[in-house]
Amino acid sequence: MTESLLFFVLAGLILVGAVRVVASRDLVRAVLWLGIVLVLTAALFLMLGAPFLAGIQLLLYTGGVITLMLFGVMLTRRHHEIGVRIDSSRRLPAALGSAALFGAMASAIFRTDLPAWSSSAPVPAIEIGRAFLTDHLVAFEVLSILLLAAMIGAIVLGRQRDFDDEPGPLFGKDGRP
Amino acid sequence: MGIYGVLTRRNAIALLLSAELMINAVTINLVTFSRFSGGVTGQVFAVFTIALTVAEVVVGLAIVILFFRWRREIAVDSGNEFRH
Repeated sequence: MTESLLFFVLAGLILVGAVRVVASRDLVRAVLWLGIVLVLTAALFLMLGAPFLAGIQLLLYTGGVITLMLFGVMLTRRHHEIGVRIDSSRRLPAALGSAALFGAMASAIFRTDLPAWSSSAPVPAIEIGRAFLTDHLVAFEVLSILLLAAMIGAIVLGRQRDFDDEPGPLFGKDGRP
Repeated sequence: MGIYGVLTRRNAIALLLSAELMINAVTINLVTFSRFSGGVTGQVFAVFTIALTVAEVVVGLAIVILFFRWRREIAVDSGNEFRH
């Protein structure tokens, strides 16, 4: 009983945070709200018996992604412009579309015959590691290559170069940045 | 469980942030359903999703910053001239 109560409290908080992320006019605030949402999600993972994932979530997301996002926001902010322009003409279609998507997903989830809720013990990290290196080895290696590619790509994209003062071509004549 | 899905309905404005939110919802769903089926696979895939998100954020931010250095602004529709 207390578990479901805790779940609803957590879910409500996550929902409120998510709304604030999307609705905040100040981007820094939106990022911080996103951080709150992610921390609450980590708590939810703990409740769902995934302590390893909760740790990953805290380390990677709130440690890494939020910091990166803050850097990104602050690096790209112009001094006189605070806040985000919100395209009000698109608001209604966006709301309708997302509500429709939500309805479709919720009905799909509710119609599925789910097996009984198994309240087994939390999955220890050692089992996840074993699954990584046996059943999902190929996916794991592909993921490492992808991360390497992302790293190299970010370095190449972020390399310092002159843009003069006026907007010029983004890529050189040979097609390379 | 529909409440989890509610998170997926965010979209539009600060695109990267919204993408984060949606992927977060996907991860929650994965973990929940792995709980239902009692296996470890769902959590493994959740780890995949998280790693993919990190890669996406890194590259996305790099592109955004590059775009900012180029145009001095980050409004998405100011890149429309890419089409020409």
